Amino acid sequence: MKATDNLYNYCLRLGDDALILGHRLSELCSKAPFIEEDLALTNISLDMIGRAQAILKYAAEVGGKNDTEDDLAYRRAEINYYNHLLVEQPNGDFAHTIARQLFLSAFEFYLYGEMEKCHDKTLAAIASKTLKEVRYHLEHASDWTIRLGDGTPESHHRMQNAINELWMYTGELFEMDEVEMTLMRDGIAVDLIPVKTQWYNRIKHVLAEATLVMPEDSYMQTGSRKGVHTEHLGHILAEMQYLQRAYPDAIW
Amino acid sequence: MTPTVKEIELWIADIPDPEIPVITIKDLGILRGVDYEDGNYEILITPTYTACPAMQLIETQIKEVLSAKGVHNVKVNLTYSPAWTTDWLTEETKEKLRRYGVAPPRHSSCSKAYGAVQPKTHCPRCNSINTNLISRFGSTACKAYHKCNNCMETFEGFKCH
Repeated sequence: MKATDNLYNYCLRLGDDALILGHRLSELCSKAPFIEEDLALTNISLDMIGRAQAILKYAAEVGGKNDTEDDLAYRRAEINYYNHLLVEQPNGDFAHTIARQLFLSAFEFYLYGEMEKCHDKTLAAIASKTLKEVRYHLEHASDWTIRLGDGTPESHHRMQNAINELWMYTGELFEMDEVEMTLMRDGIAVDLIPVKTQWYNRIKHVLAEATLVMPEDSYMQTGSRKGVHTEHLGHILAEMQYLQRAYPDAIW
Repeated sequence: MTPTVKEIELWIADIPDPEIPVITIKDLGILRGVDYEDGNYEILITPTYTACPAMQLIETQIKEVLSAKGVHNVKVNLTYSPAWTTDWLTEETKEKLRRYGVAPPRHSSCSKAYGAVQPKTHCPRCNSINTNLISRFGSTACKAYHKCNNCMETFEGFKCH
């Protein structure tokens, strides 16, 4: 394995989270509960797709195979995607969309807060730009969690359900394999142990304010670091990659 | 005759922002600089938000303006560092925004800390501070929606970023 393989892989992990959740949120365009929220979800989607473009472009450079960011976004097979299982989960009801955003945005807020200081100049630059956007996403998701949790019996019940059902996908966010351990020793990858503590405390704080119960740690799903996904990613890719598969190299 | 980088910068500085045409790419801080190396001009631009959809149009416009001046050896490159901030907007630019009907961002209050309270925004029409944020997100990535409780108008405001 070449030294750049680890960095390439790490960039794909970061880029794929942004790409896949960006795509998921774009599915809500014109379907959100009301217009301000439609704007919010699609704006968050746009931020994430922009970040995916920046990181996958860098991945393509590091990969050195003459790929472009579009090749990486549209031409890979499912097993070569490394996004976390959490981000590919369906939008579900609005509570699920918000719970997924809360879990991921809180993770990204602390992750990019650390990455801003990393030794890789490109990743550090993207991180400090991303950080400002992610903070805004986190505030938005936190507000909604509190509003729904501390709302009517129906909204409380749905928000609690969403938190409980998505909880098993959160353990994976903090896994560190050989790729990340090696890059961490080089001062590039973020150490996820302190990130996990900060994340846990932030979620606990928001859930308490929302009068929701923090789930007990139980079985956690895993697999994305090896490209093993839930059934949902294949369906996303079928739609997302359709055009480039049907009309290779189409541009507009 | 080869134009200097100063001349190049002067020619492109007045290109209006595609979304808010009363201010220029220079006013907004999108235009970061011009370099000249090996017979090529490099124009450095930075996006307001990572996914700002106007970047491609701005690149095209820069090339068009320079092409009209007979300069063709131009490369437009994107930089993310230093990250764009509303702190770069001058008082003059903010006044232009306000007259256009967009509430300018409050200066130097863009705390990166989580949950930092965003200051209240003055209504660009009646200047009242009795306003409410009604949507964190607006028609473009850089704006949010507010409502003035004094003149009862809704208005867009630049997010503090």
